[in-house]
Formats: sequence, C-alpha cells, structure tokens
Amino acid sequence: MPLAVPPELEKEIDDHITHYPVSKRSAVLPVLHHLQHHFGYLSEEAVEWTAAKLELEPIKVLEVVTFYPGFRQEAPGKYHIRVCRTLSCAMAGSYELMDSLCEKTGIDRSGVTHHHPIAVSGDGNFSIEFAECLASCGFGPVCMVNDDFHEAVTNIDGLLSQYSK
Amino acid sequence: MSEVKTDLVDVEIDGVWYQFPKGMRMIEACRQAGVEVPHYCYHPKLTSPGNCRMCLVEMGMPPRPAPGAEAPAPDENGHLPIAWMPRPVIACANTIGPNMGIRTTGPLTEECRKGVMELLLANHPLDCPICDQAGECSLQEFSVEHGKGESRFRERKVKKPKNVAVGPRIRLDDERCIMCSRCIRFTDEIADDPVLGFTDRGSHTVLTVYPGRELANNYSLNTVDICPVGALTSNDFRFQMRVWFMRETNTIDTNCATGCNITVFARENKIYRITPRQNNEVNSDWMPDSHRLNFHWIESDARLTDPLVKDGDHHRLASWSEAIATAADKLSALDGSEIAVIASARMTNEELLIVNRLVKHLKAGHVDTVARVGEPDGYLISADRNPNTNGVKLVLGLEDPGSQIEAIKAGIEQGRIKAVITLQEDLVDDAGFTPELLGKLDFLLSTYPLANATADASDVVLPGAAWAEKSGTMINATGRLQRLNKAVDAPGQTLEPWEIVRDLIQATGGGNGIYAVTDLFKQLAAEVSEFSGLTWGQIGDLGVPLIETGVTIPLLEREKQRIASGLIVG
Repeated sequence: MPLAVPPELEKEIDDHITHYPVSKRSAVLPVLHHLQHHFGYLSEEAVEWTAAKLELEPIKVLEVVTFYPGFRQEAPGKYHIRVCRTLSCAMAGSYELMDSLCEKTGIDRSGVTHHHPIAVSGDGNFSIEFAECLASCGFGPVCMVNDDFHEAVTNIDGLLSQYSK
Repeated sequence: MSEVKTDLVDVEIDGVWYQFPKGMRMIEACRQAGVEVPHYCYHPKLTSPGNCRMCLVEMGMPPRPAPGAEAPAPDENGHLPIAWMPRPVIACANTIGPNMGIRTTGPLTEECRKGVMELLLANHPLDCPICDQAGECSLQEFSVEHGKGESRFRERKVKKPKNVAVGPRIRLDDERCIMCSRCIRFTDEIADDPVLGFTDRGSHTVLTVYPGRELANNYSLNTVDICPVGALTSNDFRFQMRVWFMRETNTIDTNCATGCNITVFARENKIYRITPRQNNEVNSDWMPDSHRLNFHWIESDARLTDPLVKDGDHHRLASWSEAIATAADKLSALDGSEIAVIASARMTNEELLIVNRLVKHLKAGHVDTVARVGEPDGYLISADRNPNTNGVKLVLGLEDPGSQIEAIKAGIEQGRIKAVITLQEDLVDDAGFTPELLGKLDFLLSTYPLANATADASDVVLPGAAWAEKSGTMINATGRLQRLNKAVDAPGQTLEPWEIVRDLIQATGGGNGIYAVTDLFKQLAAEVSEFSGLTWGQIGDLGVPLIETGVTIPLLEREKQRIASGLIVG
C-alpha cells in the first residue's frame, strides 16, 4: 500500500529537499524526520516513498534508517516514553522508573532487543524505550513523553495522568 | 615525446625510483612496480571507498622549507629528499604526485596491517575448515602474512545471520563478511541492480538484500568471485570441492559470440566450477551466470560414449572403424549434389577448416551452419549465441551462415538431397528439422556430445567432444582470435570433431597427415590470409585481434567511460 502523505506535508518535504541542491541523497535524513514525525514511525512504505522521492534505491534509505536508533521501524504507542539510562539518571533510579512505568502502563519489555528497542502496551496507548543522555544530568531520573520533557520523575501516577486520554 | 614525459612523475617505492603517470593510484603504482599492497575493499573495476584500511602505507613528499630557509637540494639524479608523514595513508584512493615516496614496509605499515587484521579477525568465525573460500581467501592469506597468529579477543563474537539465501544462486554468511562492500558496489555500478546494502551499521553491521527483493540478476555470481572472504558463496559450488585440489584451465566461454575468458576448475576429469578470467578487451573481470553455470550437461547421463550404427529400427554399438567405414560406403555411392553438410558455428576454426576439406572432397552441394540468435542483454551477452560465427564466415567461407537451412530442408523434402552429415548440431531441436523429414534421407550421419532426436534418426551416430574437451581457436564478435583449451577428457570413445572429420575424409579416399589440432592451425595460417603469420603460441591466454567487425561490447564501453572519468582504475 503506498504511503498516504498529506499534500501539505509533501510540500514541506519538497521545500526541504531544495536545501540540498548538490545531491538529493543528502536530503534523506530530513525527509525521514518529517515522515517519522507525522506517522510516528518509518514503515516499509515510508522507506520506499522516500526512495522514490529522492530517486534512490530503497536499500540506500534503509541503510540510513537502520543506522540511527532515533528512527523507529515499528509503530510506537499513542504516547511514547523515553527513559534516560545514562550514568546520572541510572544512579538516580532510571531503571526503577522504567520498571514502574512498565507496571503502571501494562507494558511487557521481555521481547525488547537491540534491534527492537520499543515495547508497546496492549491497548496501544503507551510505548517505552530507554534513551541515552537527555541532557539534564542534574535532575535525574529524566524522561520524555512524546515531545514533553520531565525531570526528577517521582510521581509516576501524576505523570501518566497527564496522558490518560 | 616530451609531452609524454611531462605526464610522468618520479615516485620512490620502497627505496627504488620509478616513473608513473601523474594521478595514478598509489596502489596501482606499487602493483606495477611489483610491490604488493594487501587490500580487501579496493578493486580496480570498482570505485574506491577506502573502507577496509588494509592498504595503509607510509607516504612522504619533499619538505617545504620554512620562509627564508634554504630549499632542499636535489641529489645527482634530480630527486629531492623525502620528508615522511608521521601517519599512514590509504594507497587505494590516494594518487601519486611528483617526487613522492611510498614505503610499504617498515614498523608503521606493519603495525597498521597487524591492527587492521586483528580488528577484522575479532569477529570473524574460525570456520576455515568448512569454508569454501579457504585456499583462496584474502583474509586467510593476509592473516598469515600480517596477522598476529593468536587472538587477544576474549569477549563473545558478534552473532549475525548465517546461511541467508540472498538470491536464487547465492548464500550469505554475514559473520564471515568483513564489510569491504565490493558486492554492493558491483551490483550498484556494474550490474545496475542495487539491492544490497549495509544495515544496522555499527558493531552489528549486516550485509542485507532489501526486504522483498533478491540478488537475482544474471551477473550475481560475480559478487561471489570478488568477495575476498567466504561471505558470499555459490549454491552451485559450495561444499563441492576444496579449491586447492582443482586443476585450472584457461579457456573461453562458448555460450555466445562474446567469448568471455574463463577458467575451468576441474578435478579427476570432473568440472566443478567456472570463473571469469580477466581480459580487458572481452569481458573485463565478469561473466553472466547463465553462461557460467551451463556446464553440468557435460556430465549428463545422455552423453554418447561410443559410435553407434543403425541396425533395423535400433542402434547398436560399433567400433570407430566400422562406423566410419559404414559412412564412407554410403557417401561414396552418392553424387556430391545429393549430400548436405551441416556444420556448427560452435566448432573451432581448425574444425571448420577440416570440414571445408570434407565439403570439397565430397563435392557436397550444400553446406551451412545453424544460426542461434537471442536478445543481447546490453552487458556481455551477444545476440549471436554461437561462439564462432566469424570463424564460419572466414574459414568455411559462408557469407550468411544459417541462410541455407531452409533450402536444405526443401531439398530433403523433394528428394534432391539424399544424405546429410551434421556435425555437432541437433537438427531436430535447434534447426527445426522434423524426425519425419530426416526419415526421408537415405543416409544421416550425426556427431554430437549428447543423445538426442537427431541421433535417433541417424544411421551413424558418432560421439563428438564437448567444448571443454577439445582445443582450438574461435573468433569472437569483435573479431578477436581466442584459444579454447581442453580442460577435461571426453568420456568413453568420444573423439574431437576434427578427428572424426579427418577419419571420414581418409575413409572416403582423401588422404591427409594431420595428427594434432596444432597442425590444422598451421594450415589455417598458411591458407587463410587473415591468419597468416600467426602461431598457436602467439594467441596466448588473452587472444589477438584478427579482423575488424565494428562490434563493441556494451559493458566494456561503459567501463572505458568510467576509466576515462577517473572513477575507476580499470
């Protein structure tokens, strides 16, 4: 099934491609960012759409997608949580935070691997993964929910209640 | 003269001064100086990404004097002193410059090579005893020369996909892959089928074929040849034979008029694999899969092994002398105008020469060969699927090979042609003769490696050697004279076609004293003007241009453009 890219998004992407006049291939990162932002993840169709857009072979796009952990190939939940596990946060309890978040949201992380870092709750509302340093080392443990940043997370119920709809 | 001079620069390689064209890759200059620089990712026919780092060498240029300081003085040969750079450079992607120094030995390069080897071997499985590449593996060879001998790596090796079918003819072992990217560049740049790439780059880099696609193009097996390790293996050859047991014969492919140069690997009279052999005037370093794999029929159960003579409604075994005498009796009783000779454009020039003798001796009224035409593939495969059509024109003297076949059919139909001698052609399957039509003949003699419907209809069936079982010369589409060399012995009583034709001529009263195929070549050189002055030895492994045909090979033309634009070394 071809990717249904809304016209205004496609216009934005086309505009962004013009920033790379020498080689369209250089636009592969921004295009993927646009698509992931809109669709939540990069499906096979998204890879192929990007390849067609930039006149590349799909494998060249897949190489980029698989290189960056920031690009997701599987659909996250409605709210995607990223828990920092770098040293300061780890010492401040990020692994405990991860466990509690999983328990409260009903996420099973037992299937998580290096290549499939994201676990999604059964109802699809929440997904979770570990992230490396989110740049707030003085206020661990730190996490992000979609684009919101949360420092010194202790009140987990309070945090989740903001995203219960 | 002086113009050529200005393009050359002085380069010192391991202490000896040479002159090479400016802009030449360092690795190529070293090669021409006879100095080997170990490498994995570099291939002269592909672009140089410089990613394996094995070809690191020391490089130096004349020192640039500080402002006001005295410039260094040249020595008595005009060479300036060399100031060596403290860090190594890759020889595959850097080019030479005037008064440059290259050191391929010494502590720095040795340390570099050791380091690269250690990193490559850290995750490489130690499965050489069951790896097909063992014996022709760059990693193995350089490990002996530049490796440490033992591993300091105490951690777990990375696990990656194994035994992956990346295409119908190729299997991939990702753990063996050293990420040189030659296969990716080949599919990208030469085969125009870029389905391979590296995913999950990092400590877990995997060579991947794009999901849902496969490496199935007709040149895919060339990736197995250029893989420096055993990551890509051919389904057809894997686990069949250790490479050091096989005997290599340099010969040519006979599947089309391009005449790709090949090496036949055989052991105990059995062919195990065929690989392309470099010839920059014919096939570069490549060959199509369809041609490479078309050799298993040589071992077919349908191979003819003895002469057969028709006895009532079936064939019985006969000796060569009986079979030839039977044929001679029948042919001598007929008038030449009643005899048609159908030879093959798969025959060598030497065979065609002696066929020409037979035609003249029998005064045969009809002579032709069977044309084979297919679609050219735009790479190496010619539209003419016969390997020696130019030889037929030149040696047998046919202007338009294949044009008389219909007339011969009509002649048989009308009873004007009473006997057909068909040499190395299957008239039923390849030339559209029906068994009923052949049944109208008084006498049909056929030679062929395999039993077939034509043999069925023949009065005398003679086993003629297959292409790998005979020697001779052929002229390819571009007019290049190339040598076919015998790689294996033919089964049973099979003879080379020229021997059969010689015996036929002798038995029908024409004497000749030909004992070796090289004698025929000497006669070719004496009788056919294009061949005059040539000797068997002169043709060598790479052939010689013989005639102008104006035909070009598309893949080579594209390669020439890439060389001209500096993309590849060539």
